[in-house]
Amino acid sequence: MHIANRFLRLSVVAGVAAMLASLPASADWRLVNMPRGVSELSREIYSMHMIMLWICTIIAVLTFGAMIYAMVRFRKSKGAVADQKMLHNARLEAAWTIIPVLILVGMAIPSVEKLIKIEDTSGSELTIKATGHQWFWQYEYLGTGVSFYSRIARSSDLARQKGSGIDPATVDNYLLDVDKPLVVPTGTKIRMLLTANDVIHAWWVPDFGMKRDAIPGFINEMWISVDPDKPGTYRGQCAELCGADHGFMPIVVIAKPRAEFEAWLAAEQAAATALAATE
Amino acid sequence: MAHASHHDDHAHGPPKGIVRWLTTTNHKDIGTMYLVFSLAMFLIGGLFAFVIRAELFQPGLQLVDPAFYNQMTTMHALVMVFGAVMPATVGLANWMIPMQIGAADMALPRMNLFSFWLLFFAFTLLLSTFFVPGGAPAAGWTLYPPLVLQTGEAFPMAIFAIHLMGASSIMGAINVIVTIVNMRAPGMTLLKMPLFSWSWLITAYLLIAVMPVFAGGVTMLLTDYFFQTSFFNAAGGGDPVLFQHVFWFFGHPEVYIMILPAFGIVSEIIPTFSRKPIFGYEAMVYATASIAFLSFIVWAHHMFTVGMPLAGQLFFTLSTMLIAVPTGVKIFNWTATMWRGSLSFEPPMLFALAFLFLFTIGGLSGLMMAIVPSDFQYHDTYFIVAHFHYVLVPGAVFAIMAAVYYWLPKWTGHMYDMRLAKWHFWLTAIFVNVLFFPQHFVGLAGMPRRIPDYAAQFADWNMVSSIGAFGFGLSQILFVWLIVKCARGGAPATAGVWDWPHGLEWTVPSPAPYHTFQKSPEVH
Repeated sequence: MHIANRFLRLSVVAGVAAMLASLPASADWRLVNMPRGVSELSREIYSMHMIMLWICTIIAVLTFGAMIYAMVRFRKSKGAVADQKMLHNARLEAAWTIIPVLILVGMAIPSVEKLIKIEDTSGSELTIKATGHQWFWQYEYLGTGVSFYSRIARSSDLARQKGSGIDPATVDNYLLDVDKPLVVPTGTKIRMLLTANDVIHAWWVPDFGMKRDAIPGFINEMWISVDPDKPGTYRGQCAELCGADHGFMPIVVIAKPRAEFEAWLAAEQAAATALAATE
Repeated sequence: MAHASHHDDHAHGPPKGIVRWLTTTNHKDIGTMYLVFSLAMFLIGGLFAFVIRAELFQPGLQLVDPAFYNQMTTMHALVMVFGAVMPATVGLANWMIPMQIGAADMALPRMNLFSFWLLFFAFTLLLSTFFVPGGAPAAGWTLYPPLVLQTGEAFPMAIFAIHLMGASSIMGAINVIVTIVNMRAPGMTLLKMPLFSWSWLITAYLLIAVMPVFAGGVTMLLTDYFFQTSFFNAAGGGDPVLFQHVFWFFGHPEVYIMILPAFGIVSEIIPTFSRKPIFGYEAMVYATASIAFLSFIVWAHHMFTVGMPLAGQLFFTLSTMLIAVPTGVKIFNWTATMWRGSLSFEPPMLFALAFLFLFTIGGLSGLMMAIVPSDFQYHDTYFIVAHFHYVLVPGAVFAIMAAVYYWLPKWTGHMYDMRLAKWHFWLTAIFVNVLFFPQHFVGLAGMPRRIPDYAAQFADWNMVSSIGAFGFGLSQILFVWLIVKCARGGAPATAGVWDWPHGLEWTVPSPAPYHTFQKSPEVH
């Protein structure tokens, strides 16, 4: 019996040690937490997330502390005798009803402010319509005639087939790469219109902070804006189950400085015109 | 009464063999059948989870096609929710409610048997969808249209199975309410009733309120599919989001249908092993009732990303946050029950304590999701998967295991192997965290849920999670073995079983005789 108990304790220790040992894998903070992102909204969402995470951690530490104290202090094996008269305590119960209400109000107020800002798409300078299809995205730059499809990159698509024999580790940006990425200007408030052609999809790039469903028959809107000093390539995925290849319709966005974007758009427009002329 | 008096003077036993289980109307037999059924479904649902975690062990597709993977996630959820957790709590209700309130049986014994067999056939039908063209349903347990309308031959089978499950649940709920309202022993006023029975009374009202809503929703899917109605088809003037509202109007109370009986179980166990009555009994009852009420007005927090008006988002944020208040009251009352108690750590208490800690983690991550701006990031990621598994596995499932360890000696008349039970506890409690905690990380880092393959940066934590899953699954073999062993024999259990038993179920011998309380006990 004693030996068994010692084994039990050892296995607990071993389990905790195994979890700690796996921590080096998490040395990169981006692998375990929400990205701070590259837009005003994503940073505000991140700060809201961190505030909530800390408040919840503090609540957990206090509650768990009380539970652990009770478990250690009031053990029968240590001779604790139960106080069977302790049935209720109006003042204490009122306190642990009212204090959480106050904490919740404290949490709600900043979130309301941020939400109002998130939902305000006014003053946008560019409108892009994204349409979800099974299983790729279509982008239209409204009012410019530029429109194209964006599918998973060939390299990822080959590697992800069952029995492909290709090691995903050898593929650049495995499952997060497309044949033709969306290009957006930095420092610009962009209104995204989202809809779908068949089933519900959702458009999500974690670095932009926002996610919204693309629903057939509906046009949803949201806005994104990439910081002027953060041009680069940002990657995301469809975030609403949309059938067999739901996991294989990535989103890639290249954010370019305004002037470079204008040049890119002009070239796309010229190509679209030339294509129309040949038809 | 004239009919019943025929039985009064001799306690007769059950018929022998298979006939007993096909024809019994005894609440204990039916309770046993529900519990065995639930255990079988837990293993089948666990097998689906095993396939999921094996495929996610490393990047790339090694074992299954994406379409089959989606069948696995969908069926895992349907089987675990409707086949494992709900029937387990119904089984416990059948066994324990009559014994806790001093009734001879459930009020409607034939309906009781009927609801069990309905459930059995519902799952026979649902599981047989694997063998029809197109395979099992694969649109997620949430069955969102238009995707669900792409289901093959399985579609009408799944809908009919849901209808059967719903009918079975409603009958079970009616039975619980009629039993509790009419058959309490003299002196057992509602506010003297044990908290497990209380939590089930409230759960039963939730079931009756929302199961018909779900049945209506899936019936509209059925007519959209076969009769070209356009309830959810935008091209025909319908609204795919309407289904989500209907589904979650059912779906949110549904999560409380799974967790309220768990609250009731923990409220029975913590006092027993603290040797002290529950702290704030009335507050516990009112908190349960408030949670049940609030569960009807929070549903759209499951769908913040569908593009709701600002006012709707604010309302559902605030109502959702309110749920934290009565839930907090329960957590604090359980802690206060242990305070100045005399604690011992038998297996039921170990599981109840693990529930207390780990359910709180799930509750707190739920609170984070109530905040809309951050939910835009969390929604449909593994952070959500981690959250609801924390409330359902170390939440509801641990409470059910605690209940089994608490009442098994009463059911079988034998003490179980304590050493084996402790092994089962520690392995389960450690692996459940290895399994689900890393899912918070990959979710926050950007991994969507319901995908069969993932980008390289999620590989490490997915492997840890899969190892946890294999360990958790294998540990359950100990649980099955322990139950089989205990049913077959063991040291005889006393009537009270535990050191500080409280409640009527501990006044009858162990094993509980086939008929208990044919004469009402007096409750003071």
